[in-house]
Amino acid sequence: MAEKLFSLKDAIGTFVSDDDVVALEGFTHLIPFAAGHEIIRQGVKGLTLVRMTPDIIADQLVAAGCVNRMVFAFTGNSSVGSLYAVRRAVEAGGAGELELEEYSHYGLLARYQAGAAGIPFMPVRSYAGSDLVKINPQLKKVASPFEEDVETYVVPALNPDVAIIHAQRADRQGNIQSWGILGPQQEVAFASKRTIVLVEEIVDDDVIRSDPNRTLIPGFVVDAVVECRYGAHPSFAQGYYDRDNDFYRSWSAISKDPDRLESWIQEWIHDAGDHRGYLSKLGDGFFDRLTPVPRLSTPVNYGSVL
Amino acid sequence: MTSVVETTTTGPDPTPYYTVSELLAAVSCRYLQGKRRVFAGIGLPTLAVALAQKSTSPDIEQVYESGVCGAHPPKLPETIADASLATGAETILTMPVLFGYVLQGGWIDVGFLGAAQIDKFGSLNTSVIGPWDSPTVRLPGSGGAAEVMVNSREVFVVMRRHNKTSFVRELDFCTSPSPAAARRADPKVPTHGAGVTTVISELGVFKANAAGELCLASVHEGVTVDQVREQTGWPIKVMDGLTVTPPPTGEELRLLRDDIDPGRVYLR
Repeated sequence: MAEKLFSLKDAIGTFVSDDDVVALEGFTHLIPFAAGHEIIRQGVKGLTLVRMTPDIIADQLVAAGCVNRMVFAFTGNSSVGSLYAVRRAVEAGGAGELELEEYSHYGLLARYQAGAAGIPFMPVRSYAGSDLVKINPQLKKVASPFEEDVETYVVPALNPDVAIIHAQRADRQGNIQSWGILGPQQEVAFASKRTIVLVEEIVDDDVIRSDPNRTLIPGFVVDAVVECRYGAHPSFAQGYYDRDNDFYRSWSAISKDPDRLESWIQEWIHDAGDHRGYLSKLGDGFFDRLTPVPRLSTPVNYGSVL
Repeated sequence: MTSVVETTTTGPDPTPYYTVSELLAAVSCRYLQGKRRVFAGIGLPTLAVALAQKSTSPDIEQVYESGVCGAHPPKLPETIADASLATGAETILTMPVLFGYVLQGGWIDVGFLGAAQIDKFGSLNTSVIGPWDSPTVRLPGSGGAAEVMVNSREVFVVMRRHNKTSFVRELDFCTSPSPAAARRADPKVPTHGAGVTTVISELGVFKANAAGELCLASVHEGVTVDQVREQTGWPIKVMDGLTVTPPPTGEELRLLRDDIDPGRVYLR
């Protein structure tokens, strides 16, 4: 298979355009922060951001003016604060520049699953009696073709223009291995027209092939693979570095003040120049306190020919 | 409300001897007796399950929204997706398995939820205060709450704040409807679980009656029925045999403080 190695700049520049529907996924684990920052640096506009759990990365993209519409199921900064750029853009008295399309977790996940499987819609048990059906016309009720007098809600397939995700490792052909909390990454990669994957490290083919069951996404689904060490910070990469909880706790104070937020984006994204510059600003030894003690899994025996 | 429950018997300057968090965790834990598999997020529910595991219900299992089951974290996690939850866990399920097979498949006995607003049949609002398209406060949204409500055998709700803006006659927005509300709106869509059976608030405990209406079942020490009535947005029914909630025991407090959350991550 052909090699798919890209620089982060080239991957975003090649595969992300103004007005695209872009899914950035990762369920608190492996959030593609470095890719979000590069989208901001390149000044991409008019995006529909799809993300089950828009958190700080969404706040940054909205504050930078990249996003017109957000498709989501839970938007917040876990239990440690609010996303004030998102709130300013949707709450009464704010700028009102962000449209929302609201789901629950399984509704949006099922949209990825239907998109990945090439079927028009997927039934879910949720939404009967919910006001979500009043504000989201994509949640529709249909009669069961198999049972009398039984109805179910369905959600339509979603095929984003681009999926952007982060993982622990890949080979040069883009076979992606990941472990820990896996989020909706496999579903969104298969559902999207183009897929960019950032990884902590590019490894030899032999490493990937020593454990093929760990390959979450095959290379043929991937358009660009980018080596981007610490690219999920302040999120985490299981076994590589832990979540930077101090940063998450600090975000509310930054995000609450529009001037301070603008300065933060200028300093940490634009002035930093690229992800390497961002890491330099964090400083040497920054990740020492976030680096976990190794805990290796026991190798499994795939067997081989005599 | 004050942040601590105070004794009513120690004179003019009573010494607080347990916090609201400790009370809510201990009371929630008691209602978990006999339950097998609990879907719960980080925070008070985690404390309640951990306390149950160390006291009355050693075999109770917690399933996290991130897919982690059978977690054996080396330290108390800060989020539902902490690295320490994954390390040493018995399994980490993919999202289609977690939502499709575990939740919709009917494997959850008790789902724990919180909310900004709850009504008398246990429908929940976690989306907005004010109108959806121009809210005064944008809240996070459903996340998995709509699925937990529909698919758990029953749901427990923990409400740290109990007042007329949180216990309301009418929700500003119904994110996660009770089964009764679901059947009323969409009678041909099957419902599955019982919805909210138990609400544990800073003032007392509500249990659902046969019609699914939440009725006051116990008041916490020092709280009167009238106080609960004043702080609730609907005319409350009081269950026969209303009790005073037994306060946390010394052993429950010792486990919570010394064993489960010594850093007071959730025991605010």
